[in-house]
This record gives sequence, C-alpha cells and structure tokens, in this order.
Amino acid sequence: MNTVKRYFGWIWMLLGPLVIYGLVDAATRYIDLSGQKDINNPVVWIIIVGIFTPIAIGLMIFGWYAWKGDYDRIPHSAAELEEDPTRRR
Amino acid sequence: MYKIINYLSEMGHSSIRRIIAASSVGTMIEWYDFYIFGMLAKTISVEFFPAGNPTAALLSTLAIFAAGFIVRPFGALVFGRLGDKVGRKYTFLLTLVLMGGSTFLIGCVPGYRSIGLLAPVLVLLLRLIQGLALGGEYGGAATYVAEHAPSNKRGYYTSWIQTTATLGLFLALGVILLVRSSMPEANFTPEWGGWRYPFWISLLLVGVSIYIRLNMSESPLFAELKSTGKTSVNPLRESFQHRANFKMVLLALFGAVMGEGVVWYTGQFYAQSFLETKCKLDFEQSRTILLWAIAGATPFFVLFGWLSDRVGRKWILMTGMLLAVLTYRPIFGYFLENSIALNPDATVITLPNEMYWRFVGLVFLLILYVTMVYGPIAAFLVELFPTRIRYTSMSLPYHIGNGVFGGLVPFIGLLLSTSFPGDPLVGLWYPISITALCLVIGVLYLDNKKDETVMD
Repeated sequence: MNTVKRYFGWIWMLLGPLVIYGLVDAATRYIDLSGQKDINNPVVWIIIVGIFTPIAIGLMIFGWYAWKGDYDRIPHSAAELEEDPTRRR
Repeated sequence: MYKIINYLSEMGHSSIRRIIAASSVGTMIEWYDFYIFGMLAKTISVEFFPAGNPTAALLSTLAIFAAGFIVRPFGALVFGRLGDKVGRKYTFLLTLVLMGGSTFLIGCVPGYRSIGLLAPVLVLLLRLIQGLALGGEYGGAATYVAEHAPSNKRGYYTSWIQTTATLGLFLALGVILLVRSSMPEANFTPEWGGWRYPFWISLLLVGVSIYIRLNMSESPLFAELKSTGKTSVNPLRESFQHRANFKMVLLALFGAVMGEGVVWYTGQFYAQSFLETKCKLDFEQSRTILLWAIAGATPFFVLFGWLSDRVGRKWILMTGMLLAVLTYRPIFGYFLENSIALNPDATVITLPNEMYWRFVGLVFLLILYVTMVYGPIAAFLVELFPTRIRYTSMSLPYHIGNGVFGGLVPFIGLLLSTSFPGDPLVGLWYPISITALCLVIGVLYLDNKKDETVMD
C-alpha cells in the first residue's frame, strides 16, 4: 500500500501545474470587458487565479511529501508528531 | 493531565449541554449574519451597488467574491493564531462581536442615493469584516466543544456545531420571510424599508449569545497549556513551516475538507439554484422543497457524528463522497426529465403533488450526503492536530475547503455550461471531479484510527 501511496504522489505533483495552466487558459479565453457574466469579469479571475495558485502549489507539495513517504504512517498523537523524522527535514 | 481527566469526568451532562449550546448558538448566529447578506443580495445591490456605475459594480464583485474566497481563509489565520495564543473563549467572543457589529452596521448604512460611493465602500468593508469573523468562528467553536468532550463522544458532541450552518440558513430564511410577509412590498424595499430589519435583529441575537458565552470558562486543555507555559509562541510558523504539521494540514484539505466543501455546497445551495434556473420550478416550490429536505436531514448530522465515535470518521466521510460521485448526475438528470423536459416552452413549472414529494425525497438524499461528510468533520479535524496549534491548523483547511472549493461551485458551473452548452448537467462535473479526487486521496492516505486523546 505504501508503494501505491508513493507513486500516486507523482499524479498530485503533475495535477498542480495542470490546474494553474487550466485556470490561466480559461481566464485568457473568457475575460471580456464588454461581457456581462461573472466569467467575463477580470477581477473575479484575478481573485480565483490568485487564490487557486497557492492551493495548486499545496497539491504539488502534498504529492512531493507522498512520494517521499511522509504519509506511509499517519501520526496518532502530538508526541508522534514531535518524534516524526520529517519534522527535522 | 490527570487534573484535566478528572475535570472532564466530573463534568455533568448539564455542563456539557451548556457548553454545546453556548458554542452552537453563537456559531448559528454567525451563519445567520453571513447568509442574510446573500439572501437579500437583490435588494442590497439596488440600494448600494446600482447598475451602470462601474466602480459600484467592482465593489459589488469584491463584496461577493473576496469575502468568501480570500477573507474567510485569512480570518482563519488571524483568529486561529489568536485562539492558540490568547485562548479559545476570548477569540470566539471577539469573532461574534465583529460579526454581529458589522451585520448591524450594514443595516445602518444609508443608500447610494443618499451618500453616493461611500455607501458601497462601507458595505464592502463591513462585508469583509463579516468574512474575517466567520473565518475565525468555526475553528474556535469546534475546538472548544471537542476539548470538553470525552473521547468516546467527541464526534457526537461536535456534530451539534455541524448543524449550525444549516440552522443558520433556516433562521435567516425564517426571519426574512417573517419580515417580508408582515408588510407590503412597498414598505419592504425602500432605502430605509423592512429589508434592514433582519440586519438589526442580529444585534439582539448576538447580544444574547455574547452574554451566554461570557459566562463560560476557558477550554480546560488550553487553560492547562497556558498555566504551564506550553502554548505556541508562533502558531502560524509551527502549523505551516514545520513539515510534520504542514503535511497534516495538506492531508486534511485534499483528503477530506475539499470534497466535503463541494458536497455541502452542491446539496444545500446548488440544488436549489438548479431547480429554479434549469428546471424552471416556481420560486416557492424550489424553496419549500429545500426546506422540507433540510428539516428531514438535519438530525442526521448528529446521527453520523455519533456513529463516527463507534466506527471511525474516515469511512463515513468516504461513503458520503462515493454516493455523491455515483448519484449526482442521475439525480439532477431526474430533476430535468420531470420538470422542464416535459414542457420545454414553459417559463415557470409547478410540480404536481406526487412529483413534488419525489423531488423533496431526492433533495433529502443530497443533503443526507452532506450530513455524512459534514457531521463527523469537526471531530476529524480536531484529532489531527495538537492542542497548542489546533485552532490555527484546523481553521485554514476548513475555510479553504468550504469557502473556496465549495464557494466556487456556481462559478465553475457557469464556466462549464458556457464552454459546453449542449449538456445541461455539465456544471456537475466540477463537484463530481473534486469529490472523486478527494475520495481517492482520502481512501489512500487517511487513517480510520480514532485519536483517543486530544489532550496533547
């Protein structure tokens, strides 16, 4: 199971940039200053791309941690979190 | 530690009931405050954001999008940090004061016709304060209740907090309907008309809630931590810069809360909007269908919270997500086939009695999924993080999951239906794919083992 968890990490790492690309691509296609809908509004897109980019980066970091085996075992207490070797990396 | 165990074991049923009630009522009022703005959006936009003025339109966009997407997570960081440094009790008192105060003041701002652009600017500022306060409230209430609960009842006790978002929606809808029905429309819509009453009523509700909360004591776990000088010096750094904690924040977000947020939003909000705009159901039917379904499903928040104490949190969350992924398209397809498809030329559809109750049953099912993913989530989040950074660490993923992922359901739905106009159900691919992604991550990486103690 741990091997599967680790290899899936690559999928999460690849999904992050794909999400950012998809959002920027959609923004450039749909922004229209003369449009009336929310999807034509540049301010909405700035907010959405701005908030989703760090989330997508978070997904990449999640994938990296998964690949490095950080999720092989989930800690069950604060003491285990303290002892977690990844804490000092 | 033994002092706390003794304290919790000596605490009677009436004490814990008081703690749950004080926390839940305050949180419900915060949701009420947040919802009335959305429910009165049409009147508010006429009074404060008039069409044709580009600056007012920009401020309106910011009020709608920034309050949910940026300010809520930011509020989670600001108040989470405060809650982990100063204490749970005073922090969630502060969020209540800010929310109640800003809601009341929105009801006092003169309209655009009286003070020009200052009106939308003030309303935007107050709306941002509302978003900030909401971002700080939930983590405090959930943490406070969980830190008073014995380990075998943590899911059950915190599930009462989980009912508050739905009850807040009920309260907001009820107060608005009551005010609206007590006066003719000519008295409701003017600049200083009845639409302001729900905002003013908030002051009374918040006043009562503050009084109740002032009489509560600090969480025993936090008080113990503080008395021994073990509180976190910098909860933000400890939560997000220490890899061992940060990886749990990411796991909470991508393995649970992201899916929970979209299931919650799709069941409670998107379904009603779909019935009204795509199925063309009449205004009253689309709302009463939702009200009946919510009334029937609300006790299940508590049932699934209770059940999670027995079987663990993970598989209840995952089952709710799996059912959502598998049944969203058939359920929404049924709505279409039995409404507008039967009479494509109609502008408004009124369902016959039998079909009306079938629709209620299906919306009930959608909200049942919400209760499965939302009922146990507070206990799940509380158990992931240690006491010293719990408020900060659980608040951020919660508000990103619900505010950002959930709040984007209508926007991405519009985006998809503009790109693929041939499929009326295309908007569902966003909640389905986010939930499916969360389901895969949750099944792979989450652990079903219940944390026996949150006293660490």
